[in-house]
Parts: sequence; C-alpha cells; structure tokens
Amino acid sequence: MKVPLLSAMVFWAFAILAMASAVFVAFSRNIVHAAFALLGCFFGVAGLYLFLSADFVGIIQVMVYVGGVLILFLFAVMLTGKIRNPEKSNPSRAIPGGLVTMLVTLGLFGYLAFTTPWQVLPTVPTGPTTSQIGDALLGPYILPFEVASVLLLAALLGGVLLAGGVRGRSRLTGNEQDEAPRDSGGNT
Amino acid sequence: MLSYEAILLLIVLGIAISVVFVLISKFLGPKNPNARKKSVYECGAEPQGSARKRFPVKFYMIALLFLLFDIEAVFLYPWAKLFRELGFLGFVEMGIFMLVLIVGLIYAWRKGALEWE
Repeated sequence: MKVPLLSAMVFWAFAILAMASAVFVAFSRNIVHAAFALLGCFFGVAGLYLFLSADFVGIIQVMVYVGGVLILFLFAVMLTGKIRNPEKSNPSRAIPGGLVTMLVTLGLFGYLAFTTPWQVLPTVPTGPTTSQIGDALLGPYILPFEVASVLLLAALLGGVLLAGGVRGRSRLTGNEQDEAPRDSGGNT
Repeated sequence: MLSYEAILLLIVLGIAISVVFVLISKFLGPKNPNARKKSVYECGAEPQGSARKRFPVKFYMIALLFLLFDIEAVFLYPWAKLFRELGFLGFVEMGIFMLVLIVGLIYAWRKGALEWE
C-alpha cells in the first residue's frame, strides 16, 4: 500500500518527536528539563493517536496530558527536596536494573513485532469517533463509566488527605506569596 | 483517517510566525540593556528571592483538582454530543457521575483545599 508522502513525513515527525523527547526525559540530569521534555513526548503520542484514527483520544491526550498531567508533574517535581540544585536533580541510578528491564521489554516487543502476521488493510475513512464513544460509555459500558467517577473521587480524597497532612510543613519550605494590595496606585 | 491538513497547516503557520517574530525583534530591535531590564520578569513586580526552591504543596493540590475536573470534562464531551439521542436516561446517568464528583468537590472545599490563605 502506498502511503502519501506528506502523511509519512508527518508520521515520522511525530514519531521522532515522541521518541527523542522520551530519550531526553530518561537521560537528562535536570529533572525540570526532563519534565518539560515530557511535553514533546505527550504531543508526539497525540499525533500518533490521530494517525490511528483515534481523534477523540488524540485531542484528549493534548487536553489532559499536555494541559493537566504535565502541570501536575512540574508541581510535583518542584515539591521534591532536590530541586534546590536542579542541575543534579535526576541522577541516573539503578542502571543495571534499567538495562535488564529494557532488554526484556525490547525482546518481548521484538518477538511480537516479528512473529505477528501483520495484515495491511486499505485505510478505511472513519468519521469522528466521539459519538460512538458516547454511545458505548452511556450504553453497554455504563458500569465502568460510573465506577470511573468513584476512581476520580478516590484520587481527589487521597490528594486532599495527603496534602492536608503536609500543610503544616509546607509553611517551612514554601515561599508564601503574600497578596500584594492592588489598590496602591489606582488613578493617576 | 480524517483529513487534518488544516490543523497541520495551522501548526506550521503558528511555528513559522513565532519564529519570524522572534527573529525580527532580534535583528531589528534596538538593544540598550541595563540591570533592571535584564532582571527576571515576574509580571512586572520586583523578583523576590531565588526561583530555585521548593514550591508549596498547595500548587500541587490545585493542579490535582484541576486535572480531576479536566477528566470529568472529557467524559462530558461525548455525552454532550449525544445529549438529545440519550434523552432523560442519559441525563440521569451523567447526573450520578457528576454527583459522585460533586461530593468530592464539597469534601475538598470543606477541608480547605481550595483556600489560598
């Protein structure tokens, strides 16, 4: 099957963006840089979702991961104790274990990639998927959908509880942003 | 796949315009820096202390709350698209979903997680 040149170029751009950012995240010594590099990774993956005709998932990837999870990661990174010296905040420890994990994963994926009888199908033009997802969520998958709200609730309660527990300590480490009075220079 | 040529064009144009603007101001803009101009920009206020320190946990708390309700909004999209077809049953189903999260919101509110002090 012949892939249009522009499509192939855009695909490779997204794939390389995702992979290069992931490599940067893994190897950067500065954990703040690593967190920012996740932006490229998330964005590249969003592009790959679009290539899989998963338009809803792709847009959600940008909205939730780039817009939310990344911010959360950055604040989490800013909370850590090593942030005072960001240049050495991400020492790559446990390299032997990481290598073993990498090789095992690579072997598994390689085995799958080379033993699966891949079928090349002509691309079927698919419409927007949002309606089908809505149909599925509020139809046959109504129970997982409602349970998802309980999961979100659990995350919310857990977050409030944990952050409430360290509230007393945060005063020591935090820079208390005092609300500057804004009425100092009203009319000139 | 759908045709995303328009979005691709938008991305390319967006990148190109920002790069061109930065280059124009780099080459054409007059430069006479002083210490005050070169200081860190903090919305016009005097920078206080170093930026290299730990952030208070309340930033994380707000981000976490934002993320959770962001995900709720994600679930609202497909429902809103099908609002008329799903009818009252869909409304009730989404109502239950929202109710569970509103309980969490009330809890977080009561616990003062939304207060900035």
